Amino acid sequence: MSIPGVSKKINTAAGMGGAVIGVITISSLICSLIYDFILTPLDLTYLNTIVFILVIAALVQFVEMFLKKTSPALYEALGVYLPLITTNCAVLGIALTNVQNGYNLIESVVAGFGTAVGFTIAIVIMAGIRERIEFNDIPENFRGMPIVLLTAGLMAIAFFGFSGIL
Amino acid sequence: MNKCVERLYNGLIKENPTFVLTLGMCPTLAVTTSAINGIGMGLSSTVVLVMSNLMISLLRKVIPDGVRMPAFIVIVASFVTMVQFLMQGYLPDLYESLGIYIPLIVVNCIILGRAEAYASKNSVLPSVFDGLGMGLGFTAAITILGAVRELLGAGTILSTGSSALVDFSKMGYTPASIFILAPGAFFVLAMCIAVMNRIKKKHGMAPAQVPDYTQDGPCASCSNTMCSGKAAASTADKKQN
Repeated sequence: MSIPGVSKKINTAAGMGGAVIGVITISSLICSLIYDFILTPLDLTYLNTIVFILVIAALVQFVEMFLKKTSPALYEALGVYLPLITTNCAVLGIALTNVQNGYNLIESVVAGFGTAVGFTIAIVIMAGIRERIEFNDIPENFRGMPIVLLTAGLMAIAFFGFSGIL
Repeated sequence: MNKCVERLYNGLIKENPTFVLTLGMCPTLAVTTSAINGIGMGLSSTVVLVMSNLMISLLRKVIPDGVRMPAFIVIVASFVTMVQFLMQGYLPDLYESLGIYIPLIVVNCIILGRAEAYASKNSVLPSVFDGLGMGLGFTAAITILGAVRELLGAGTILSTGSSALVDFSKMGYTPASIFILAPGAFFVLAMCIAVMNRIKKKHGMAPAQVPDYTQDGPCASCSNTMCSGKAAASTADKKQN
């Protein structure tokens, strides 16, 4: 979970969100293609975890190189966040959930895109709150990580409102 | 032998991956809805950690430096796949309740972190004990979190789903189910870290840090290039130069 690591400033959070949307959407597409057209016909579906993580690591490298060559401006903006994404468990998580739920190609891409947009909304709101509470008078033992987690907890309650649980 | 004991102490207390380093937050928050889930997740991660540390330490002179990260990932992912199938075969109930978080052990920061920071530089026996210490520290931390959330959120102690050791909900306690949902995970972990901060302050130690991947911080001293913080920091350096 990279939320505390990148949600200090709204700008960085939005940059990270943009990079995550790109990578998750592309990786959902590629992992879905590989699963349907390579792993399933060869009866190698039990290798999915190993294959997906390698695909994601390679993809992130490739996107970084591609952006560097073709769009230096975009690379300047997103380059810092790209290496962070390989270990973001949302990327591998989505690739695996798509397979588990038996989504087809289009469903996988849409599921990936939706999750990534949700992630972006969450870190941008979080960064906004953290910018505000930075100079607040927080009890000493709660400074740093605990207050970030409490903020995330309160946000999680708010988000439950959307699914109608509360 | 002293070094092995020191490694165990380091993982369990001094550098506890959850409460001190705040690594591997994804399984920590997601699976700790009950103590049994915490133990299951912790022990499976421990097995992967010990086996991958063993293997990486054995191969540390064979793996070329340039491709070490992909090599580590393949080793870790292989062990995770084995654990996943063993669990599916022998512990189907636990496998059901942990679900997607079993394959996600691959991207647990703790495992690649230890591979890079310790196993790839040290001999076999200390590496195994390092993995064991870190794994048990992680297990202890998420079992505590799971137990607290289960007690508040379901009113049970060590429930296995069908039967529980003690069931307070039958003695008139109304469970606050928010604690077994996502917000409860954040609140309980926040309280645990706050308590640890207080204890550490009494002993003159620094409080838990918030990792800031986008700047040099506590990450700067860590040599784990996979754990994104370092990669980002070095990219940032390059940009400045």
